[in-house]
Amino acid sequence: MDPKSSLETLETTSWWMRGVLVNQKPSLLFTLVIATQLVEDSVVKLDRICREANVKLVFVRSYGLAGFVRVSVKEHTIIDSKPDHFLDDLRLNNPWPELKSFVETIDLNVSDAVAHKHIPYVVILVKMADEWTQSHSGNLPSTREEKKAFKDLVKSKMISMDEDNYKEAIEAAFKVFAPRGISSEIQQISNDTCAEPSSNSSDFWVMVAALKEFVSNEGDGEAPLEGSIPDMTSSTEHYINLQKIYLAKAESDFLVMEERVKNILKKIGRDPNSISKPTIKSFCKNARKLKVCRYRMVEDEFSNPSVTEIQKRLADEDYSGAMGFYILLRAVDRFTANYNKFPGQFDGGMDEDISRLKTTALSLLTDLGCNGSVLPDDLINEMCRFGASELHVVAAFLGGIASQEAIKLVTKQFVPMLGTYIFNGIDHKSQLLTL
Amino acid sequence: MADLEAPQSKTRDLDKLLLRAGNLVGPDFYPGAELRDDIRDYVRILVVGAGGLGCELLKDLALSGFRNLDVIDMDRIEVTNLNRQFLFRQILLLEDVGKPKAEVAAKRVMERVSGVEIVPHFSRIEDKELDFYNDFNIIALGLDSIEARRYINGVACGFLEYDEDDTPRRETIKPMVDGGTEGFKGHARVIVPGVTPCFECTIWLFPPQVKFPLCTLAETPRNAAHCIEYAHLIKWHEVHGGKSFDPDEPEHMKWVYDEAIKRAELFGIPGVTYSLTQGVVKNIIPAIASTNAIISAACALETLKIVSGCSKTLANYLTYNGGEGLHTKVTEFVRDQDCLVCGPGILIELDTSITLQKFIDMLEEHPKLLLSKASVKHGKDSLYMQAPPVLEEMHRPNLSKPLYDLMGRVQKDTVHVFGTGLKNEEKHSSLTKLRVVFKGADGVTDMDTAIGA
Repeated sequence: MDPKSSLETLETTSWWMRGVLVNQKPSLLFTLVIATQLVEDSVVKLDRICREANVKLVFVRSYGLAGFVRVSVKEHTIIDSKPDHFLDDLRLNNPWPELKSFVETIDLNVSDAVAHKHIPYVVILVKMADEWTQSHSGNLPSTREEKKAFKDLVKSKMISMDEDNYKEAIEAAFKVFAPRGISSEIQQISNDTCAEPSSNSSDFWVMVAALKEFVSNEGDGEAPLEGSIPDMTSSTEHYINLQKIYLAKAESDFLVMEERVKNILKKIGRDPNSISKPTIKSFCKNARKLKVCRYRMVEDEFSNPSVTEIQKRLADEDYSGAMGFYILLRAVDRFTANYNKFPGQFDGGMDEDISRLKTTALSLLTDLGCNGSVLPDDLINEMCRFGASELHVVAAFLGGIASQEAIKLVTKQFVPMLGTYIFNGIDHKSQLLTL
Repeated sequence: MADLEAPQSKTRDLDKLLLRAGNLVGPDFYPGAELRDDIRDYVRILVVGAGGLGCELLKDLALSGFRNLDVIDMDRIEVTNLNRQFLFRQILLLEDVGKPKAEVAAKRVMERVSGVEIVPHFSRIEDKELDFYNDFNIIALGLDSIEARRYINGVACGFLEYDEDDTPRRETIKPMVDGGTEGFKGHARVIVPGVTPCFECTIWLFPPQVKFPLCTLAETPRNAAHCIEYAHLIKWHEVHGGKSFDPDEPEHMKWVYDEAIKRAELFGIPGVTYSLTQGVVKNIIPAIASTNAIISAACALETLKIVSGCSKTLANYLTYNGGEGLHTKVTEFVRDQDCLVCGPGILIELDTSITLQKFIDMLEEHPKLLLSKASVKHGKDSLYMQAPPVLEEMHRPNLSKPLYDLMGRVQKDTVHVFGTGLKNEEKHSSLTKLRVVFKGADGVTDMDTAIGA
């Protein structure tokens, strides 16, 4: 089929589907739906349908210089969250036996000056941490003075000022002070009710259940080792040997996890091979970076938003514009229900529309429980000036954001936005709010 | 909602912003059909770059009421562009790969939006006369390098003139809107020379490029990238002497790849692939369509607002990050009062007897400039040009003449100097503005000279 007619088919299909979705309950074939320019009633209806059918939903609205994007999914779990910055998994504060043995084979006090400055900082810090704990009843540095003393200890081993490996060790010393074990976020995920495996559990939660077991047993409080190490000043030989040790532990942790996953699958009546090796491996590598996103239904947000959040934002000098637009975007839909047109949609009767919109917006605020909050008159005027216009550049901006969220949701990589993104095209002081 | 009463017009939506008065608007906003028509008929916008951002910018501007656009880009279309530079196609009989980006982009947008005129320029930005840039109301940048941005910034700020009391003269202000993207991150900013910080004022925003220490490359490589850069930066010169490495030459790239493999094998380092080799050598940063769409839309919106005044503008820097959730932030940066590029210019006090040659020599020594091989321009007149040889020879006689005379014996004026500057130990070509004031030149003498001439 040539591109032109396939595009036409897509367009006609989507109109048809729109009718189908809003009026009936079909068996949906979609992974994700992007709904643009729907009014409040339709938003609520579509949200119910998609939530029940477990279809991911992204809402976009473009209105003059304002607009919003909202993701609505019951639960979205992410293994490959790909955070921008994440601490490496070196376990300097908790070295395992093989790492300790390797470190022992290297003598920091080697006489050759070149060799001295090509010992990787991992080795330096594991040794120094060990020396410290020996003389501090088995404890790592915790107070500010202790941390400084530790860094001085490292520095004292330098034999000249140009030893980059020692400089790196001093800069990386904070990794020794870092708390051991899993983060509170991963702890929370492990303690989630979904982490109790059942025949309905998704692969993600089965693996979380295995993770929980691992942490309590073989992991001794730690997640499976990630396995990679960052670049650092080192001789090629030391570096490659170090790499091998980390990879070996990551591999052995993975094998334990794999075993546990299979056992859990058996217990809940599923084929023990139904979760693939690569999936489990990826889970292990990303175990410290897992994310679970859950979204309120739009009608819950609309009927029961966080009042404190709304009041706080409306009172904020700088960012009240975005919050104001959020309220007004809802108010204009109420307006149309009463007056059968958007405020300012036509050129005549502007003053009347402005005062009507103001009344509608204030009554909405009262309904939400935000009595006493005000919307700036200028903003209400602007909303009427917009007259429900759709500007290409605003639609393009919001469309770009919506498409990006859609890609994140479908690929299950990176983290989708948690909340409603309210666009303020006047000064770009937009806000992402969880309401 | 169907518009049953109002006549259907293509500009129905834009009209709401351009024809209606408002309160949260720009300082010189005169709503009306005339504003809309003036934007359509008279405003000229230059889009610099016809790539990921440029394609989006052209589309956005064409669909926002602008009819007179120019686009400049020196590149040709490549296959890797096609995932986001949506104006370019490679389907059925349409083979755009290899054609100039500017020309195809212009053609496609004109096909799609009736009435818009887009003049493409398949050339380097440095090859255009300064006057070319002066013809536009706003310059929208969709560039991918710091150097290119610096250049345009220098040009636009070069038009800026100041009053006696150091306030910028409005009619010489040439606003720019600049967008940049890198994966999920991006920025959009508004630059109003003399009012908001220019690109140079905030050059510290850009982190230094990652460079591997030479000893790592030469002696202790640890990863694939080290092996590749060894082949690219060290081995190439050892073997090829003076021949410069061309990343777009497949044979050169293959040579680097083969050498990188050899080195990796020698050290037992895994991971060298042809694709990684390209990525490391060309410093490729992955680009996605959605970020480009978002940032260009923000830039085009600001362009519309600045030109029309239909709303307040971004003040003045928007950052965007969409990888982990969604974060946008507005920061209001302030101008560097001493900025070499958008400031009134470094004050240089000279004796009326100083020759042009002596002046050029002084620039090299000047602590804030360290400018070597300078060409000098006074208003529209080139006083001296280092290149090309024909023009150098033509202007050479000026070198022995007093600068004061060459500048028409005015007590003070602005000159522009262009040469190789040294900043943070890095050389780069720079265009700088200088305020030249002549000591010992008083009004009476000037008058006499004027009458005498």
